[in-house]
Amino acid sequence: MALQEKYKELIDAANAEGISNLQVKEQDNVLYIDGEASSGAAKDKLWDVYGKLDPDFRSADVVMNVNVAAGAGTKAKVTTDKTNLNIRKGPGTDQPIVGKAAHESTVTLLSKTNDQWWLVKTESGEEGYAYAQYLSPE
Amino acid sequence: MKLIKILFSFLLLSSLFMVGCKPKDADIKASIEEKMKADPMMAGMTVDVNDGVATISGTCADEACKTKCEETAKSVKGVKSVVNNCTVTPPPAPVTVNTDDALTRGVTDATKDHPTVKATVNDGVVTLTGEIKRDQLAKLMMSLNTLKPKKIENKLTIK
Repeated sequence: MALQEKYKELIDAANAEGISNLQVKEQDNVLYIDGEASSGAAKDKLWDVYGKLDPDFRSADVVMNVNVAAGAGTKAKVTTDKTNLNIRKGPGTDQPIVGKAAHESTVTLLSKTNDQWWLVKTESGEEGYAYAQYLSPE
Repeated sequence: MKLIKILFSFLLLSSLFMVGCKPKDADIKASIEEKMKADPMMAGMTVDVNDGVATISGTCADEACKTKCEETAKSVKGVKSVVNNCTVTPPPAPVTVNTDDALTRGVTDATKDHPTVKATVNDGVVTLTGEIKRDQLAKLMMSLNTLKPKKIENKLTIK
């Protein structure tokens, strides 16, 4: 229970942000926080609080898997740093690139393979898998 | 004055009647409660006593607590039998940790755009070495946290 004390502010923030399916478990000195955020802003808020409580994420005592809820048909913005986002044949960076989604363009979510890889359709109609970290649901 | 006297005797009579109704049960209930309060394991339990039959209800963390509740109630003088209605909370399902193979694949994808970061996976633990720019750290961590690792050891030098 010690970790739930240490990260009380983070758990409180998760409740305040209305994270759905929120699960908080402590096991072998690691606190696992799972759930779905209603927006990218809510997720960012949690990461701000986490970063404040554990500067530079050095303690190795939290695994926070909170993703932004998005269903099929959701539009998502390509939020790469500068570059275009690779669209791949399959879910994995070892898969061949079949297209590109321009930086700051919008793609449509077709389905989620997992939390990392989403099957999307670009503005130009290309379909393939993109790395979800670079997509912000709108 | 007369009215006050009547009222007073009425009160006296009614209190006598109430005490006389089930004095023992109330005493038994009080002593069980006292014993349970003394133990944090059983502190939240509710006790009811009717004709010497004690009924305990509430939520227990484990079977040991449930047994102890029953024993505690039985140990009190005047208890004829115990109805143990305590429910035991099932232990939470263990945390799902991905296999090392799946983690290694995930980590390869997550670190692809961070060429100065080296990541190894061992028994569910992801260890990061190398260096990273401060403004990229949160992004990398967010990505790695979705992979269901056991934990992430961040030994990166932050530039």
